[in-house]
Amino acid sequence: MRTPVVLALVGIALVALPLLAPAYHVTLMLPFMAYGVVLLGLNLLFGYTGLVSFGHALFIGIGAYTGAVLTTRLGVRHMEAILPAAALAAAVVAAPVGALCVRYVKIYFGMLTLAFGMVFYTFLLKFYKLTGGDEGMRMLRPYLLGSEWKGFSKTAYLIGPYYYFSLAVLVLATLLMWRVVRSPFGLCLKTIRDNPLKAESLGVSVPRYRWYAFMISAVYAAVGGALLATPTGNVDPTLAYWTHSGNIVFMVLLGGFSSFFGPLVGAFAFIFLQDTVMSVFPYWRLIFGAVLAFIVIFAPGGLMGLFARRRRPIEVSRA
Amino acid sequence: MILEARDIRKLYGAYVALDGVSLSIQEGEFVSIIGPNGAGKSTLINVLTGVLQPSAGSVRFKGKDIGGIGTVALTRLGMARSFQLVQIFPELTVLETLQAAVVSRLGRGARIFASLAGDGQVQADALDVAGLFNLSDKAHALARELPQGDKKLLDVASAFALRPEIILLDEPTSGVSTADKHAIMEILVGAAKRIGLRAIIQVEHDMDIVFGYSDRIIALHQGKVLADATPAEIEADARVVDMVVGRRRR
Repeated sequence: MRTPVVLALVGIALVALPLLAPAYHVTLMLPFMAYGVVLLGLNLLFGYTGLVSFGHALFIGIGAYTGAVLTTRLGVRHMEAILPAAALAAAVVAAPVGALCVRYVKIYFGMLTLAFGMVFYTFLLKFYKLTGGDEGMRMLRPYLLGSEWKGFSKTAYLIGPYYYFSLAVLVLATLLMWRVVRSPFGLCLKTIRDNPLKAESLGVSVPRYRWYAFMISAVYAAVGGALLATPTGNVDPTLAYWTHSGNIVFMVLLGGFSSFFGPLVGAFAFIFLQDTVMSVFPYWRLIFGAVLAFIVIFAPGGLMGLFARRRRPIEVSRA
Repeated sequence: MILEARDIRKLYGAYVALDGVSLSIQEGEFVSIIGPNGAGKSTLINVLTGVLQPSAGSVRFKGKDIGGIGTVALTRLGMARSFQLVQIFPELTVLETLQAAVVSRLGRGARIFASLAGDGQVQADALDVAGLFNLSDKAHALARELPQGDKKLLDVASAFALRPEIILLDEPTSGVSTADKHAIMEILVGAAKRIGLRAIIQVEHDMDIVFGYSDRIIALHQGKVLADATPAEIEADARVVDMVVGRRRR
């Protein structure tokens, strides 16, 4: 089936879901959409630039805490203001952090990002008066499109207006990223991923382009973080903890980092797999560890890689 | 004079890789640098391309001191290079590789939301270079799937796609079958004429290629210039032939 047809069907399913599916499953789609935005950005760095960050939960945390601070302390309740503020806050932090990290590659880049993530985690944990410490902060229900949605219960709000708002943000983020990876800029990132030495010899400034990619991915992570905070109504330091960074890398691997839609598939699979496994088996991380090992060894292209492998013979036989 | 190096010394600790090397490249020249292993050829190329800062001496390109200015800045000034070990982008197609060079040349790499496919100039220029290097029919093939000779051609073609004024080729025919070497050189020389290249410098071990295409040969030995002369003069110099060329050519 051609990609546009699949996308159209997925789009119809996503729009119709709140009308057809139980509320529980619709609320599970909210973290999927939030992580979807995060992973689109993370994969610009991972799949398109060749840098694996183990500290991107830092930016999820910044986005989530920006939402919490704005709604509880500053009285800013409009999501249309919260998302740009989260993006701006992430950009301000990512500028110096990224400038330092992109000077390094491979394990050194990964460890540096992890270190910055842990610095922020510790800040959230220890500066109690500012951040609420380990208890975190409340994230008040944000207004959407100028409306408070007063008559809606929490669940009705989440599976109605908030669901569609999140979906709109995800679609917009996907379209923007689609443009980015198909732009001259996106091509330069791919040259850096494949061969930085050769890229430099063609005049591509490797550190600068890596920094741009880092900034964009941080902004995406913060927007996703702000979206993630609303359904739980609370933000806490675990959002910025290194295991959270590990989870989102896992999601990208699960879906497949060499495919544009792989991270979205990974986010969806992770959320629903986690929910299913947790409901039947308390030690769900055991299962996830085994899944991760399986992917790395047998399916490095992730779920999208498996799909592509199945498709190839059909395409060849057509030719 | 387009490129000039004066009294270049390059030390690695106590080891002297280059010891007072001077050379100049004139408009329209095809110059080969030859010498045995350890003569300092790669170091010289890295100094000339701004990758290495010389320990002493200066390198001037179009009148500007370029010592250690870095590859990206030098590319923008109009100097390109290819590598001894073939350098490609394995997951990009031939066309994408050439597009990347054209995008860089046109300074369009920071266009984040522009459509690459919709950029007519990038597409046309990339296809033009693919045609020059006989790569048109492989434009949509992944670079990693090309035969070795085509990988080498693509490496050189991407440097040409920058439309440089001068190009430094580090063993442009290494790793290529003897039968393909002359074909590659013919394509390369033809493309140089077509894009109006002002000079070519190559490091090469294959003496048939060196003597067949060069206007001038610079022979290095133990970090020093042993000879800087025309192919005919080099052939007539028994000392250079014995120390560098290795055998009498017929």
